[in-house]
Amino acid sequence: MAKEPLMDFEEAIERFEVVIGLEVHVELNTKSKMFCGCANVFGNEPNTNVCPICLGLPGALPAVNKKAVESSIAIGLALGCEIAPNGRFARKNYFYPDLAKNFQTSQYDEPIAFEGKLDVEISDGQVFEVLIERAHMEEDAGKLTHVGGATGRIQGAEYSLVDFNRAGVPLVEIVTKPVFGAGANAPELAGAYVRNIRDIVKAMDVSDAKMERGNVRCDANVSLRPKGQEKLGTRTETKNVNSIRSVENAVRYEIQRQAHILAGGGSITQETRHWHEDRGYTSAGRPKSDADDYRYFPEPDLVPVQPANSWIEEIRESLPENPQQRRKRLGNDWGFSELEFRDVVNGDLLDLVEATVAAGTTPQAARKWWTGELSRQANAMELSTSELAIAPDQVATIQKLIDAGDLTDRMAREVVAGVIAGEGTPEQVIEKRGLKVVTDEGALIAAIDEALKQQPDVLEKIREGKVQAAGAVIGAVMKAMGGQVDAARVRELILERAGS
Amino acid sequence: MSEITPDLVRHLASLSRILVTDDEVEKLAGELGVIVDSVATVNKAVSGDVVPTSHPIPMSNVFREDEVAPSLTQEQALSGAADSAEGRFKVAAILDED
Repeated sequence: MAKEPLMDFEEAIERFEVVIGLEVHVELNTKSKMFCGCANVFGNEPNTNVCPICLGLPGALPAVNKKAVESSIAIGLALGCEIAPNGRFARKNYFYPDLAKNFQTSQYDEPIAFEGKLDVEISDGQVFEVLIERAHMEEDAGKLTHVGGATGRIQGAEYSLVDFNRAGVPLVEIVTKPVFGAGANAPELAGAYVRNIRDIVKAMDVSDAKMERGNVRCDANVSLRPKGQEKLGTRTETKNVNSIRSVENAVRYEIQRQAHILAGGGSITQETRHWHEDRGYTSAGRPKSDADDYRYFPEPDLVPVQPANSWIEEIRESLPENPQQRRKRLGNDWGFSELEFRDVVNGDLLDLVEATVAAGTTPQAARKWWTGELSRQANAMELSTSELAIAPDQVATIQKLIDAGDLTDRMAREVVAGVIAGEGTPEQVIEKRGLKVVTDEGALIAAIDEALKQQPDVLEKIREGKVQAAGAVIGAVMKAMGGQVDAARVRELILERAGS
Repeated sequence: MSEITPDLVRHLASLSRILVTDDEVEKLAGELGVIVDSVATVNKAVSGDVVPTSHPIPMSNVFREDEVAPSLTQEQALSGAADSAEGRFKVAAILDED
């Protein structure tokens, strides 16, 4: 399998109308699973957070996690949805070893939340209103590992190993209505929508919202139709796309792939597809089952969920500020240029910059640290910036030392590296590494005189107006003092010596 | 008579991952048809305004607090498995899905 023939993206947009639909699964961060008391944690030894209920053993009876219902209602409200006065669980029947019960407990015709909308802004400032069809509660499935076969993927595997730790973890699936009219912006809109959902559930603290861990996953539906045609084209559903960039790339790829097939007189097969981020293409999965094939029926082991209005209103009161509005507010407060602010947003640095500013730096100083040196360090260590072992208040402490003239920029970077390397607080790193700006002018002047002795013509050049000649001496002084001097002060002293 | 066609039986069998022979398909189509027709007689007894019942007692909002309870050990969890390896249930590789 490899890349299929593609139509040029601009041509595809020219010839076809793009319709997208997005299903986002959000794993809730409850302490326990959806229907049993097993711990909801990532990364434990396989099959150690399992019990008769999530293993689907005969006679086991599920019980609904109240907090999961509360989080689901909160998500519904944050997306402007109506909350169903009567919600019910249903069995979605399918035979696949990722769930031992042979069905997934989900919701079918009575989801907990429905009919919402989300305004999604893309980078050029355009705002699209994405209509939400429903948000429903369900359980996650176990994790399969395919063993054998050349690529370690499912094709050619000899057998599969199943870990049910994730089975029964509460999920909320958010389904949009078809989104029309995005045209060439469809890939970016899809990515921005997923980012918005992730930001919302993160701000609400109902999910850990780490896409790289699968806490937020997107299935992207794409179909094309000739311009002017009423009837929707056949769609494909690209499953489990796990990063915002992948969502954008997968949607873009499907537009180009489908356009090539349709333009050649072919037809699109309704199917699920898998996205291969490393090589940038989708490949065919199984033919998409119709809802009928899942033979949904009401879950007889669970009674309906009928949230009281007072409970719903209580949850509504507790919702945090919408992240998009918060971005607008911070953008105004901080006074960054559009480009600067976009770097902060795209780098997921809003929280960190906000906390650093709160700890007493200027917004610009906080921004420079997080988008500059700290992002570089995180990249080098293949971590997200928020995972770096340095706290915003420590960054603020370091910045204050720079402002006070106690650290040069270069020394400050060294302190940062030391803190990240686990050498202690900024103060401890400074102490251990002996980082202190030399403010003893006598020592500075001695070093300057020594450097001038080596380069006797420099002062003459400066007097002739070639001020840049001072650079070589500054360099020599910095080197002699181990970098622990203020270069601007050295420069001043050299110019004084030259009598200019 | 309901419309349980041989093709529908084959489709159901594939969804259920059950291998059926042509003879069985014919036989099951007839039998399933009778079952579906029998169940359909319920429709004659109820009028349209009767709400479907999925639970015998009118209850709602039976919740559990979000508290962690002890799980099985890995050994216990796998004790009923037909086969296991590396702390996991071992199953035949199934293609076409992921």
